[in-house]
Amino acid sequence: MAMKLSNRTNLILTIALVFFVWLLLFFAEGRMNTYMVRIVSLIGIYGIMAVSLTLINGITGIFSLGHSGFIALGAYTSALLTMSIHQKEITFILDKVAWPFNSVQLSFLPATIIGGIVAAVFSFLIGWPSLRLSGDYLAIATLGFSEIIRILALNLRSITNGALGLKGIPQYTNVWWSWSWLLITVIFIGSLVNSSFGRALKAIREDRVAAASMGINVFKHQLLGFVIGGFFAGISGSLYAHWLTTIDPRTTSIGVMLTFNVLIMIVIGGLGSISGAIIGAGLFAVLTEWLRFLEEPMKIFSFEFSGIAGLRMLVFSAIFVIVMIFWPRGIMGRKELTWNAIYSWFRRGKGESYE
Amino acid sequence: MKKFLVVFVILLSVLSLATIKIGVVLPMTGGIAAFGRMVWEGVEVAHELFPDVNGETIELTIFDNRSDKIEAANAVRRAIDVGNVSAILGEVASSYSLAGGAVAEEKKTPMVTPSSTNPLVTSGKKYVSRVCFIDPFQGWAAAVLAFENLGVRNVAIFMDVEQDYAVGLANFFMQTFQELGGQVFFEYYKSGDQDFTAQISDAMLTGAEALFIPGYYQEIALIAIQARQLGFFGPLITGDGADAPETISIGGDAVNGLYFTTHYHPDSPAVTENAKLFLERYTEKFNKIPAALSALGFDAYMVIRDAIMRAGSADREAIAQAIRSTTNFPGATGIINIDNEGNAVKSVAIVKIEDGQFKYETTINPR
Amino acid sequence: MNLYTFLQNLINGLSLGSLYALIAIGYTMVYGILRLINFAHGDVFMMAVYFAFFLVTLGKVPWLISFVIAILAAALLGFTIDRVAYKPIRNAPRISALITAIGVSFFLESFAVVVFSGIPRSFRNIYPKFLNNMLILGGHEEVKYGRNVIVGGLRIPIVSFVILAVTAIALVILWWIIYKTKIGMAMRAVSVDIPTTSLMGVNVDRVIGFTFALGSALAAIGGLLWATRYPQLWPYMGFMPGLKAFIAAVFGGIGSIQGAVVGGFLLGLTEIMLVGFFPKMAGYRDAFAFLILILILSIKPEGLLGKRSVVKV
Repeated sequence: MAMKLSNRTNLILTIALVFFVWLLLFFAEGRMNTYMVRIVSLIGIYGIMAVSLTLINGITGIFSLGHSGFIALGAYTSALLTMSIHQKEITFILDKVAWPFNSVQLSFLPATIIGGIVAAVFSFLIGWPSLRLSGDYLAIATLGFSEIIRILALNLRSITNGALGLKGIPQYTNVWWSWSWLLITVIFIGSLVNSSFGRALKAIREDRVAAASMGINVFKHQLLGFVIGGFFAGISGSLYAHWLTTIDPRTTSIGVMLTFNVLIMIVIGGLGSISGAIIGAGLFAVLTEWLRFLEEPMKIFSFEFSGIAGLRMLVFSAIFVIVMIFWPRGIMGRKELTWNAIYSWFRRGKGESYE
Repeated sequence: MKKFLVVFVILLSVLSLATIKIGVVLPMTGGIAAFGRMVWEGVEVAHELFPDVNGETIELTIFDNRSDKIEAANAVRRAIDVGNVSAILGEVASSYSLAGGAVAEEKKTPMVTPSSTNPLVTSGKKYVSRVCFIDPFQGWAAAVLAFENLGVRNVAIFMDVEQDYAVGLANFFMQTFQELGGQVFFEYYKSGDQDFTAQISDAMLTGAEALFIPGYYQEIALIAIQARQLGFFGPLITGDGADAPETISIGGDAVNGLYFTTHYHPDSPAVTENAKLFLERYTEKFNKIPAALSALGFDAYMVIRDAIMRAGSADREAIAQAIRSTTNFPGATGIINIDNEGNAVKSVAIVKIEDGQFKYETTINPR
Repeated sequence: MNLYTFLQNLINGLSLGSLYALIAIGYTMVYGILRLINFAHGDVFMMAVYFAFFLVTLGKVPWLISFVIAILAAALLGFTIDRVAYKPIRNAPRISALITAIGVSFFLESFAVVVFSGIPRSFRNIYPKFLNNMLILGGHEEVKYGRNVIVGGLRIPIVSFVILAVTAIALVILWWIIYKTKIGMAMRAVSVDIPTTSLMGVNVDRVIGFTFALGSALAAIGGLLWATRYPQLWPYMGFMPGLKAFIAAVFGGIGSIQGAVVGGFLLGLTEIMLVGFFPKMAGYRDAFAFLILILILSIKPEGLLGKRSVVKV
């Protein structure tokens, strides 16, 4: 690791990469079929979910199982803001939609930001009592809070339309939106991690007592990390809602399962690595699509097997457990995919070939 | 041999330009594949009996939506863009039909769903119709059954707050039952709950004469068991969510005296010629009694075929208009009329569970 | 609410609570030793019920023998889960253990969906019918809805007496194991300090494996009784009861066996009384259970009986 690239080279390479990815996406948007385009946007959305949970779980060291709650808050808030007033009138067939949603319609960007803010406010309210707890108690408490949010969504019919959910949400999310937001998330959380605030967070993660004795206000730092994570979870929720075009508060759509899925992404990618989280999200999105063949009828040696429902989830959970046991650091561990790392990796490769 | 076959098929399709394509969009794999297969069986029977229209052959192509909301829209898009179909038959669950229906509407292609009962599926749409009744009507029929046929005046509604189907049905039941002069009150639960003793005790305290449980069979069976254990022996009324053999296998004696509203029962006096044809051919082909979903699949095919016949062409716009003007069509599930909204106006079969068997009880006709 | 309904709800609550209590004991035992929230506890509970179901329906084994085999199989499953999944990461951070536990739970559920299918099955004809009967106290007979019905009588499920008896027997056996046997002494030692115990020549892995087996056997007993009371089995049946039992264990003071019993009964009663007194709140029932958990954790994290930590396994 003796060789290091200068900051300027780093910046140029990063801008070049972003530009390259943009070109790729531009090409993709035009050439790929709608199905592929949707998967590519989904990777961006999953990426934001995973990166924001990485900030909370991997970097701040708070083990939160409440991510789906914040995603749901962002999804509901922004969807209620972008749906046309007429659409809301025909969707809310049981109870009339409450103020202010009955008279407001915003465009996608402000609605998404407000969704993020609402999620952030709630993560502050939830973090305040929960962050006083330690370790696995905190995990269960946050799980409890996300379940409470889901149950509120089921019962507050004049705001969420209850079990009927929101239908006919405009399909605004596309590759541009989801990847632009992913870029913003990565830039923001990435620079946060490399700031003095981020170093304080990592110090707390390693040893809270030592960090506290160094004069770091553990509670304040963790709470801020939690709230920022909640904000981006809300953003991802908004993108998710406008990608799905319908949301409802069932366990299978916005419930514990969603949190577990995001957890799988960051565990596979490596707990505590932003680039790992994105890799994990990409793998998860692609694998869930690709593994569909497992659930389709197939022919092996002229025997016809009917598709087995649920086999995909079995494969995923097996991968999840195996990674935890044999490869607990995941793909990236806590390392980041930086230009320096790639550069030195290439040099090492060359060095070996000379021998 | 294979090459020859391919050439033959291509030749055949070039020669017989006179085919009309119908895309069948169903969940053939994934979570609710069983429902998709049931519908497909009915469609197959219909296609075997009536394979052509106006002298042209009807060609069916299946598009699998993989029991997935997102795929539901993709499958309809594929059917229209790639399959170049004149009409679409599908989909099963209301949430899939909502997703797929939006695409059909955008592409101005007629779509007939066999079994999506949620009102939103067709509301405000010009091209999406259905051959099943809608939940408001099912709720209305259940209320009429309770008030007039069973003579109860005070009903406890057990509402599953997690299922949109249950919430909708509960409210439609309440509206009619109150208009008729009865009284209702609500007890709430959530899908997956297993203990309902507190709700049942409360319902008994409030003096419920019957329980209306518009949910799915898992909870219906458990509520029935616990209600009987706690000494409630009045009638239980549910929607078509109880129309599954599991209701009886789990509920046992407790579900005796349970009435539910549904689309079809093979014992209902076969009013139409098509119903007899369907029942005969189906039992012959599959060696079992048809489920309601199969009968609905049959009817969806028949209604589309009838519309093509009346439209006299494969033009999508003409077929869509013809579907909306379906009147007094004799289907397997009864006489079907489709109104301007695209909803089927038809009768509801009432089935009662007796001695562990689904018994046909009566039919309630729209007024 | 009148007196009869109140008393009936008291019985409903105790009958639900006794099941929570039985499941919570196994939860609290594993936590007491490893400080690990064994998420898979509820899924071992589910697997045991499926074992018994298939033994009776496919194997034609008499129900009592099937239940015993299912309990032993669950013990073996618990032991295996510990060996395969938890032992390799014993020295990793506690959070890794928790994530693994979530993964194992997820795996067992997906496994059940694939192998046993997601369609609910009936557990009704597996056990003798009398268990589903009710004991009727007081009330008078009346003709209602064309049948003779006991009106105003309090109804207690027979199975609830069985549950109480089983819980009592389980507690006695546990007490005997913990205080009168060598392995029990080792368990108590491990719960206090693992490294020191291992230095004393105790095979810690064996003790932990034994605890898992014992805890899983208790989960299986709880599961079989649960399925007798609510005769329906499906792959996710263990998830909510498992979480509720955990809440009950925290409520009573996690690590304490008496605490688990008290917590179970209190949680069952609270849930039923919430619905009984405020029927409109029934949709919030699970939210309320989580609220209790959060309140207990923030106000009195050691739980109701945690401080005294009388029996800490």
